[in-house]
Amino acid sequence: MINLQGICKTFYLGEQAVHALDHIDLDVQQGEYLSVMGPSGSGKSTLLNMLGLLDRPDSGSYQLANIETAQLPEVERAELRSQYIGFVFQAYHLIPRLNARENIEMPMMLAGVKAVERRRLADEVLERLAISHRAEHLPKQLSGGERQRVAIARAIVRKPTILLADEPTGNLDSRSGEEVMLMLEQLNREGITLFMVTHDVKLGARAHRHLVMVDGKIVEDSTSDGA
Amino acid sequence: MIRRADIIYFSWQVLIRHRFRSVMILLAMALGVASIVVLTALGEGARRYVLGEFAFLGSDVLVMLPGKKETTGGLPPLMGTAARDITLQDVEQLSHRISAISDIAPLVMGSAEVSFKQRSRNITVLGSSAALISVRQLTLAQGRNLDVNDVNRATKQCLIGQTLKTELFGREKAIGSWIRAGDYRCRVVGVLQGRGDAFGMDLSDSLIMPVVSAQQLFDSPGLFRVIMKIRHGYPVDDVKARVIALMKDLHQGEEDVTVISPDAMLATFDDVFAAMTLGVGAIAAISMVVAGVLIMNITLINVSQRTEEIGLLKALGARAVDIQQLFLIEALMTTLIGAGIGLLGGLSIVTLARWALPEVPFYTPVWAVFSALLVALIAGLGFAWGPSKRASRLLPVDALYRRK
Repeated sequence: MINLQGICKTFYLGEQAVHALDHIDLDVQQGEYLSVMGPSGSGKSTLLNMLGLLDRPDSGSYQLANIETAQLPEVERAELRSQYIGFVFQAYHLIPRLNARENIEMPMMLAGVKAVERRRLADEVLERLAISHRAEHLPKQLSGGERQRVAIARAIVRKPTILLADEPTGNLDSRSGEEVMLMLEQLNREGITLFMVTHDVKLGARAHRHLVMVDGKIVEDSTSDGA
Repeated sequence: MIRRADIIYFSWQVLIRHRFRSVMILLAMALGVASIVVLTALGEGARRYVLGEFAFLGSDVLVMLPGKKETTGGLPPLMGTAARDITLQDVEQLSHRISAISDIAPLVMGSAEVSFKQRSRNITVLGSSAALISVRQLTLAQGRNLDVNDVNRATKQCLIGQTLKTELFGREKAIGSWIRAGDYRCRVVGVLQGRGDAFGMDLSDSLIMPVVSAQQLFDSPGLFRVIMKIRHGYPVDDVKARVIALMKDLHQGEEDVTVISPDAMLATFDDVFAAMTLGVGAIAAISMVVAGVLIMNITLINVSQRTEEIGLLKALGARAVDIQQLFLIEALMTTLIGAGIGLLGGLSIVTLARWALPEVPFYTPVWAVFSALLVALIAGLGFAWGPSKRASRLLPVDALYRRK
């Protein structure tokens, strides 16, 4: 499903080069549940952005569903994002002027899905995530947990094969955080490939495969059964 | 690919959620379009007014005035000053020797105090002949025309305008009454109908007396104007050339008169006012450019404020062209709504002006309406193009995390 080989990404802070990703090799199969951990500045989020086709590598190869993406024009990368990838951000990134349902409809709107079908699918996801009663509310009227549910609903409404979650519980209290985690894990059980960046060791430990990054390198790649 | 209807709905939501910003753009656009509509209406109104003022002369009339325009340059000598006067003898010669002239009316003009009993009024006094009525297409409301076909005859009769009649006579009978104009006494034989104003003179508040009498009254041997009506079928330019040639002959070989055909005069005025209308339209169009710069600034701020949103939309699958379309449609909507408001406002002001000043035919030319809309569109979309392109080129990750 995902194959990275020799991916490098360097940022420059003035004269100083920061190797955010340093020759990353990674192979991920459909339906895996991975956590990405490491200290701040270790390259976790950069890896997630790279996987989500939000950023381009300086060098290396990234194959997504057997398509080499590194040199693809932006328009085709947008198409791949729309088709394969869903994002859940720590800061939710909901559009403040749109209500919950309209936020969830947004990826479908961008894909040209008709309004009636959009509404049907959005209501389906709202129902599934138990936030139907908040469909007409603006993000500012929702609690943190509800906002993240809306963000998850938006991420999965197009039925992506990969879900990239960057600190999905980072802004939530423990109860809301647990609800969100259960939701994400349920999606993984249904076949979605789940990447989760987290600082929380306990949360990271719930994944089946654990990546630990330091200075732009994957220094540990292990599975829960110790393999 | 995002549907057009969805882009419009999305943009509409942006507009209504950012009311102040939207209102500012709408206002700028509306003022720009309204100013084009109103200013061109003023220019066109002035053009029509002036053309209407001169149109009474008709196309078969020549106006001769003393002085030659080449000697001074610029416009013809409006006040009629020249080394040699046009005299009544010249008029007689023109009348006898150029058969193409059917009527000829000499004109002397001045102002004098006109009185009847205890009432008096300072007005414009014209000295002319009976032919004035036909060459200026005037009509009489009461009485008859001057009995002066021989221009050298001074008879004690005069015509008065409606306003003068009302002011001097009130409800008393005017026809047959004797009035005094300066040192001259005359009997009113006719009253002009309507306003009959032209050349800036209000004939309804004037008195017309035999030309010789007026010359004596104003001690003015020279004529102010000579108006000639051309017989049907004679080419105006030929007659004009013959008049100039004869006058040159009569004035010892010196060409010292100017002969104007109203058509040529109207064409000149038409050109001048058309240029003026275009000029004021262009000045107004500058305000559209200012509105365009405002749109550009606001779009830049808009892009800056919505950078994260742009990143999010890209993360959700939006292409660069979708992002650009979102911003351009937003600009197009504000432009069209603003232009629509401006058009309605401008036309309302023009209608109001027409109602307040019915004598001036204010009218917004159709070309000005289309130009205003076109300039608004060019300004609105043109100035939004750059910022929208910039937004569309942002890398998703840079936009999402405001990395640059």
